[in-house]
Amino acid sequence: MNHLAILPILIPLLGASLSLFVEHRRYGPKVQRTVAWTAMAALFASVALLFARTADGNALVYLLGDWPARLGIALVADRLSAWMLLTTVLLAIACLMHACSGWDRRAPHFHALFQFQLVGLNGAFLTGDIFNLFVFFEVMLIASYGLLLSGGRGLRMRIGLHYVVFNVTASTLFLIALGLLYASLGSLNMAELSQRIAEVPPSHLVLVKATLGLLLLVFCAKAALMPLYLWLPESYARAPAAVAALFAIMTKVGLYAVLRVQTLWFGDDAGAMAGYGRDWLLWAGVATLVLGGLGVLAAVRLRVLISYLVVVSAATLFIAFSVGNQQVLGAGLYYLPHSTFVAAALFLVADLIRRRRGGASDRKEVIAPMPGKETPAVLFLIAAISVAGLPPLSGFLAKAALLSGMPPALTAPVWTAILGSSLLVIMGLARGGIRLFWRVPNAEPDAPRPRKAPTRRIELLAACLLLVYGIGMTVFAAPLMRHADAIASDLLQPSGYVEQVRATTPEIRQP
Amino acid sequence: MELALASAIGVLTMLGVYLLLRARSFDVILGMTFLSYATNLLIFAGGRLVEGKAPVLKKGLDANLGNYTDPLPQALVLTAIVIAFAMTAVTIVLAIRSRSDNHSDHVDAHEPDEDAPPRRDEDHA
Repeated sequence: MNHLAILPILIPLLGASLSLFVEHRRYGPKVQRTVAWTAMAALFASVALLFARTADGNALVYLLGDWPARLGIALVADRLSAWMLLTTVLLAIACLMHACSGWDRRAPHFHALFQFQLVGLNGAFLTGDIFNLFVFFEVMLIASYGLLLSGGRGLRMRIGLHYVVFNVTASTLFLIALGLLYASLGSLNMAELSQRIAEVPPSHLVLVKATLGLLLLVFCAKAALMPLYLWLPESYARAPAAVAALFAIMTKVGLYAVLRVQTLWFGDDAGAMAGYGRDWLLWAGVATLVLGGLGVLAAVRLRVLISYLVVVSAATLFIAFSVGNQQVLGAGLYYLPHSTFVAAALFLVADLIRRRRGGASDRKEVIAPMPGKETPAVLFLIAAISVAGLPPLSGFLAKAALLSGMPPALTAPVWTAILGSSLLVIMGLARGGIRLFWRVPNAEPDAPRPRKAPTRRIELLAACLLLVYGIGMTVFAAPLMRHADAIASDLLQPSGYVEQVRATTPEIRQP
Repeated sequence: MELALASAIGVLTMLGVYLLLRARSFDVILGMTFLSYATNLLIFAGGRLVEGKAPVLKKGLDANLGNYTDPLPQALVLTAIVIAFAMTAVTIVLAIRSRSDNHSDHVDAHEPDEDAPPRRDEDHA
């Protein structure tokens, strides 16, 4: 059996354990960072290999403990998983760069928590078992609690309490749904369930529908769909920059789960369950898009504004994933890494801006001088153009592809929602930019200069790297879109996935 | 037995939801605990209630589900218990910290009749 599929989970797990050993002060930050970067390099290599291996459309199925897939836990790395893994790793590299400029020394256990978070993210993208998905969700969330709260106090604790209670409650609902799912269908393997859901007897249909509805609800809560996004803006806005940037992928995990479940279980072959929940998700996505756009316009602080941009991108993806035609789905898959990178870049740029403004922090209504504003202003401009979907960057290409593939019946409402929210986003960002960069008095020479934390070059580099990803996605848009389209065609024909999982049999163990 | 288990799950869920919606962090934590108890019982019941069957392999009995209770829900419940236990601990620590930092055990860190939350907004301190 090929062990490549489990490496993206094992490497950060080892990295995290090792980081715990070198945390003591006598080793110093250099050793810690070496460990973190070694793990990151190994992870990148394994994910790149996995991406290359699965690029032809063959999924890699890995049976943990050599148990048959319907009984044990299976990891399935298909093109979608590899796509998500690559996004995660590229994002994590930039976040780690930013954190290594100094934050990692102020937050205890930063490196270990960071690696554990990667374990959870990678595991959630790789697993082919729905209970295992819950476990990796928990790993990811527990690490995120630590990352969000370490080194914090006061109001951050309040936000942390909200975030933790909300997520723990959502996880409890997840467990209830899983308990009911096993009780009514007798398996937790996603491929196996795909077959069993299609054959549900009518007497069980109501129970199964309620269970799966509960499951979708949980994923929507994680992915910040209306009305379940209220926890997001405050907690993301309070997180330290490197952590907030990494969190940009967390809503995408919920979206990934929705996409996986929707295509595997509620595809066209699913009998009575075909298309279940699709309309609801589409219209909730449209409503979230509008509310997210208004949030961008109303936000008082720059980082809250960026958090609403995360909500907007999640809503756009919900729409793309619930339309169910190949071109829109492909465009959504191209939009996903783009929106992740650009939101993360904005969080890092916001940190640069905030620190230069001293006591005014990132409040937009306070006009404050900003020494050395040129670099952050240019970075902010590039990121804003990209996130708002203006030409020539990747956001424009993604949204254009998304809109052009829309079926005629949905053209009017969806175009209105997406273009209207884009307008709101442009207005919000323009207002923010004007207040932060243009209407700024020059500091009087004898006035006390605002306390300015020195910007380290590596922080700038991290923000630039994320923007370079976006520019790279623009330059190589044709091959990337072709790949995203291929993923979409895989997803719309889930029988290939199911066959591959079922055809993988234990090698040593007799069934 | 079905009635007892079902009503236990129902009552625990009711208690959990009620406490979860209250405004004190201590009540919220208790509510989460009750909810997780209810969930654990529910998962356990997912393996069907049977009497007099062995949970572990026994000599002389064929290893099939006709002779044993379903082992999978037991494994699931074990995982769920561990995670819920850890999360309760995290939430308690967080609630205590929030209480000592903000001088209130209200979940919003200030009483609703006070106009503004205490301004101890230290961003990245």
